[in-house]
Amino acid sequence: MNLASHTESIASILSSQQNRPGALLPILHDIQEALGFIPPDSIQQIASALNLSRAEVHGVITFYHHFRTTPPARHTIEICCAEACQSMGAERLVEHAKQRLAGSKHGECEVKPVYCLGLCATSPALMVGEELHARVTPEKFDRLIEQMGIKT
Amino acid sequence: MSIKIFVPGDSAALALGADAVAKNILAEAARRNMAVELVRNGSRGMLWLEPLVEVQTDKGRVAYGPVEGKDVRALFDADFLHGGKHKLGLGLTEELPYLKKQERLTFARVGITDPLSLEDYLAHDGFQGLRKALAMQPAAIVQQVTDSGLRGRGGAAFPTGIKWKTVLNTAAAQKYIVCNADEGDSGTFADRMLMEGDPFLLVEGMTIAALAVGATQGYIYVRSEYPHSITILNEAIAVARKAGYLGPNILDSGKSFELEVRKGAGAYVCGEETSLLESLEGKRGIVRAKPPLPAIAGLFGMPTVINNVISLASVPIILDKGAAFYKNYGMGRSNGTLPFQLAGNIKHGGLIEKAFGVTLRQLMYDFGGGSASGRPIKAVQVGGPLGAYLPESQWDTPLDYEAYTALWAVLGHGGIVVHDDSADLAKLARYAMKFCAIESCGKCTPCRIGATRGVEVMDKIIAGQDTEAQVELLRDLCDTMLNGSMCAMGGMTPYPVLSALNHFPRDFVKKIPV
Repeated sequence: MNLASHTESIASILSSQQNRPGALLPILHDIQEALGFIPPDSIQQIASALNLSRAEVHGVITFYHHFRTTPPARHTIEICCAEACQSMGAERLVEHAKQRLAGSKHGECEVKPVYCLGLCATSPALMVGEELHARVTPEKFDRLIEQMGIKT
Repeated sequence: MSIKIFVPGDSAALALGADAVAKNILAEAARRNMAVELVRNGSRGMLWLEPLVEVQTDKGRVAYGPVEGKDVRALFDADFLHGGKHKLGLGLTEELPYLKKQERLTFARVGITDPLSLEDYLAHDGFQGLRKALAMQPAAIVQQVTDSGLRGRGGAAFPTGIKWKTVLNTAAAQKYIVCNADEGDSGTFADRMLMEGDPFLLVEGMTIAALAVGATQGYIYVRSEYPHSITILNEAIAVARKAGYLGPNILDSGKSFELEVRKGAGAYVCGEETSLLESLEGKRGIVRAKPPLPAIAGLFGMPTVINNVISLASVPIILDKGAAFYKNYGMGRSNGTLPFQLAGNIKHGGLIEKAFGVTLRQLMYDFGGGSASGRPIKAVQVGGPLGAYLPESQWDTPLDYEAYTALWAVLGHGGIVVHDDSADLAKLARYAMKFCAIESCGKCTPCRIGATRGVEVMDKIIAGQDTEAQVELLRDLCDTMLNGSMCAMGGMTPYPVLSALNHFPRDFVKKIPV
């Protein structure tokens, strides 16, 4: 997607959302949902619409782990690394995932830690997009990336 | 007549393939020309059995689980539609000891009803509390909640009625009800299960809160890691509004209340109430200094009730059945029930709603059946990542706010994470510091700098460098964090760290390689 169309879709999000109380987070969510990330060069545009400084917008984007300013990989796998998942081998799962995906193409798949998916009684757990997977064994992980069409 | 089948749509069931099970059931029923009605209920909370499929029979609901997509054909062959015998058969759901031994007040409907069916909700005593509240004066509603003894279920255990009273007595042009659904503690999922399994209950609880204090706008702040909860809540709000339970004229009372879901963005600290309010205002989730209390100057500077999901969801039954009914459960100053969440290395993990006073040992063995790995249980963390690790000598203490304070532990949001004997408590203590360093909002020095120094000190202890001096330094650092931090993030990180050190000192002594 080129810069002009970014500006356009951000403008339409801004015009529909900017008058809500506390509009910045909903706006950032919508932009990230539409574009996959929040382009750094859109900060001025967002700041102007909300009458904020660029620093304030930048501060919010970088404060929250969920927001990103670079395009995501084709697939993002978020593996829970919190205590309940640790107690059932989340660390081994992360190691396994990294090893399996080491040979994949750059930008194909990103593995990110996440702290709790609320699946603590069926751990370890992970999320792909909005799709959840629980009691994930290394074998189950391998089947999953195969289904996702990730070449390793 | 079609046969009713229940396949949970709860996140935990979905994560274990419930959608495939539902799809296969419909396909198989069609192939066999059998009329079925599929309901996507919430989870019963017996998570080791998910996906738990139930069939409505003359004798009651019969359960099968855990069911995978590939089991469906065999279930049909076994005539499960009439409760037929199958190796996954569990008998009548209501008779399963795990459920039968519980005292479900807040979770009374979860897993039983269709979460988005208003008809179902009404048929199971839904909106009875709201109807009673509409006939009461605001002060009387607040008094009822105060008399019930309900304390904040998010972790701080502050009396809910007192909080509401402050908001009621603070005059303002606009007041807010905010629901803290930023359930970030590892080992907790009660909020999620409730929002996905009985969303109208939360809507009802928040509406009662609004009537009690004179608020007209509410927000539910849900973490971004819970996409299904967000979808279900939005649908429930739309249904309730259309039916007149929300909106400009609630059940023709002339009272108005609007409700909106807001999505968090992956910051653990936003579970802290003032940080959450900042986030709702569209800012970084930086903790505010108190006073002023949010009840006086909260969201956008206005008086705000901010309560956890379970606190708000406990209100309807209090209004419906009376304060005395609720207060009758529990012990000491811990009244009512707490939905405990049994998680981690446990055979039968799940949600157990019990009156206060049950012990960890009862939960872990009578309900949980011991560790999942079959190895001995070594340590149990109660109350999330900022809760203490409890050794076996403390497992018989009743789960009660005051009894836990006396142990230098916390109940928090009722999350229980079990670790077997392969756990290294020094590593877990380091993780607690690391987590605080990652998630600190940065406002106060003890937390921001302390957690980073804490990780360094733990690294030295783990490496066996000058252990004695480093342990002393760690205790000193924890003292500063405990007493000098602005909120629970830095102020409670010492709980897991010091409890690990005090109860499991052997893990902190480096096994020097020969």
